[in-house]
Amino acid sequence: MSEQTKTGFFQRLKQGLSKTTKEFTDKIDTLISGYGKIDEAFYDELEEILITADLGFDITMELIESLREKVKEVKTDDPHQVKVLLKELIINILSTGNRELQVEPPPAVVLVVGVNGVGKTTTIGKLAHYFKQQHKEVMLAAGDTFRAGAIDQLEVWGQRNQVPVIRHQEGSDPAAVIFDAIHSAKARNCEILICDTAGRLHNKKNLMNELGKIFRVVDREYPEARKEVLLVLDATTGQNALQQAKVFGEVAQLTGIVLTKLDGTAKGGIVLAITKSMGTPVKMIGVGEQLEDLQPFDPSSFAEALLGDTNETRIADDIKI
Amino acid sequence: MIFEGLSEKLQNTLSKLKSKGKLTEKDVKEAMREVKLALLEADVNFKVVKDFIKRVSDRAVGDEVMESLTPGQHVIKIVNEELTALMGSSQSKLTFSSKPPTIYMMVGLQGSGKTTTCGKLAKHLKKQQKSPLLVACDIYRPAAIQQLKTVGGQVDVPVFSMGDGTSPVHISKAAVEHANRQGLDTVIIDTAGRLHIDELLMEELQQIKAAVKPQEILLVVDSMTGQDAVNVAEQFHEQIGIDGVILTKLDGDTRGGAALSVRAVTQKPIKFAGIGEKIDEFEPFHPDRMASRILGMGDMLSLIEKAQSNIDLKKAQELEKKMRTQQFTFDDFLDQLQQMKNMGPLSQVLQMIPGMGGKQLKNLEVDDRELVHIEAIIQSMTREERSNPGLINGSRRKRIAIGSGTSIQQVNKLLKQFEQTRKMMKQFMDMEKGMKKGGRFKMPFPGM
Repeated sequence: MSEQTKTGFFQRLKQGLSKTTKEFTDKIDTLISGYGKIDEAFYDELEEILITADLGFDITMELIESLREKVKEVKTDDPHQVKVLLKELIINILSTGNRELQVEPPPAVVLVVGVNGVGKTTTIGKLAHYFKQQHKEVMLAAGDTFRAGAIDQLEVWGQRNQVPVIRHQEGSDPAAVIFDAIHSAKARNCEILICDTAGRLHNKKNLMNELGKIFRVVDREYPEARKEVLLVLDATTGQNALQQAKVFGEVAQLTGIVLTKLDGTAKGGIVLAITKSMGTPVKMIGVGEQLEDLQPFDPSSFAEALLGDTNETRIADDIKI
Repeated sequence: MIFEGLSEKLQNTLSKLKSKGKLTEKDVKEAMREVKLALLEADVNFKVVKDFIKRVSDRAVGDEVMESLTPGQHVIKIVNEELTALMGSSQSKLTFSSKPPTIYMMVGLQGSGKTTTCGKLAKHLKKQQKSPLLVACDIYRPAAIQQLKTVGGQVDVPVFSMGDGTSPVHISKAAVEHANRQGLDTVIIDTAGRLHIDELLMEELQQIKAAVKPQEILLVVDSMTGQDAVNVAEQFHEQIGIDGVILTKLDGDTRGGAALSVRAVTQKPIKFAGIGEKIDEFEPFHPDRMASRILGMGDMLSLIEKAQSNIDLKKAQELEKKMRTQQFTFDDFLDQLQQMKNMGPLSQVLQMIPGMGGKQLKNLEVDDRELVHIEAIIQSMTREERSNPGLINGSRRKRIAIGSGTSIQQVNKLLKQFEQTRKMMKQFMDMEKGMKKGGRFKMPFPGM
């Protein structure tokens, strides 16, 4: 199991790193020094790398600008050094805020929000596992009463993790589900209650009202609980993710982001723009389909992966030539 | 609106061009920078953008400005033509196999909306007098089968499933036999969504393909996908070979640049677009119209088509006549409201009207529930008041407010809105006249 599960992000990250550090070091050196000095073409290429990682145009330009200043400041013309500087800039942005999940001391409520199809329900399953590993008493609330099959899906995750799932019927009032779940959690002395919610962007007003009601219920019925509101984002999403964060940020006090589906080729660079503009930290990342594939976010590895692959493609190009 | 941001930006840039009169190389370069930015913001893939910009620049700088056009119009013409070329010029329909059942296989990433799309496609086929069968081949995601069953129930289409213990290849074969026995003429296979770099999944899809020989393999793509859309499309196309694309979640604030990217790498047509989460929010994709939509030309054709399927044609003709002669009354307004309700969310309908793509719409928050109040207010008016709103003075307003259970402010607001609507319709009609006279490129920028 553990062998298999590690073929995700970190494994590939490590592979990428070992490639870049060992065998290919010489080649990168020659390639990068091929640029001789840091010229416009070099910056253009950096720009391309950042944009194809979904950072978005604005933040890419900002980064490149800051980088130019830094380069002047440090007075370097070594492209290697420049990459390190860029990485630092990225890590700096991503290190905003508190990246720990605030669930101590119990009880705690974790509300999971996001649009359709980003992997909310799956993330909840993995979160439950994550907390169970830490020997916590977990309970799930099936607050997505809207999407067909959502409740059953959560139920399956509950069974896999052997944690109770509080559910009502499809189409029932989600706030009522949460209400029941809170009282059930109190009665059973549950430490962490994780709540699923329906994903919707389309009808903003309904979404707002529904979520708003859920938050009011939580505040009123469970004032003593620590609250985490996690926005789940799909790494394959482009610039629209920023919009998603803003819309949900209007309704809810978002405390963190979970970035899912990082095991594909998408890099999820849009979180930079979100963290920068909203100050919401990325707390967890989803790197695969197994229960274990939800891990705490590490800005340094993320930045490395963002820029890391570029080495490989450049090398690949170099070899082709 | 789908390309709202993009059209707005393009309009800004291109109107800058127009004010300069003559088109120089520097102008083109500057304009192209804005075009590039706008496309990137809309999540069009970097390489696709680069190619596009290069093509347009090459043509724009090298091209002689046609005598009948201003330089600005000329650039718009080129951008429009190249965008159209990129999106494909004509609408691509679903094909049917000569020997039923016709099999459609739906593939795509997790969370792209495959299962929902299966239901929407089934409903679409049903409308065309077909009898579809939905097949649950996603045996991996918890409750995926249940979801398809629910969706099938919503559209009243049978769902074939064998639980999650049978191999999808076996299920799909059995499903086709089942369809044959039951005399069902179309089969829609919902496959498991995983990552495009998942070799096992790709193999499974290849096996299903070999087993049932689908008429079409349709790739379902989330229109919010970013730069990675290119990789996804490339992988699926290379490994399984796709025949068409269905874009999902083209509602809300999605700019949908992925549409351009996917089209550019696969050269396969986008056949449908899912434009909302309701089961009938699904429509054929018109690439040519999309290109003019990008340029802020609106999407009148889509609107008309949409209206046709939902609106009483005779009433619509009457209405049009009234709009022309400006005899539009509250009765018509009410009538229209009721018909619009059948067409789906109002905001969506409004987006399709030319000239409403840009800023105007942003200030116009449309809430469907407000319609209930509006209806009540109109219904509290006398017949005379409805046909001659000028009559409505202070005491009449008060009476209407009380009668409809609203406030005088709300009544005032509606009267004001009605006046605006009338004006807008007048403009709209004038615009159309202008278009007939002056050719299509005059429309978005009347000052040119």
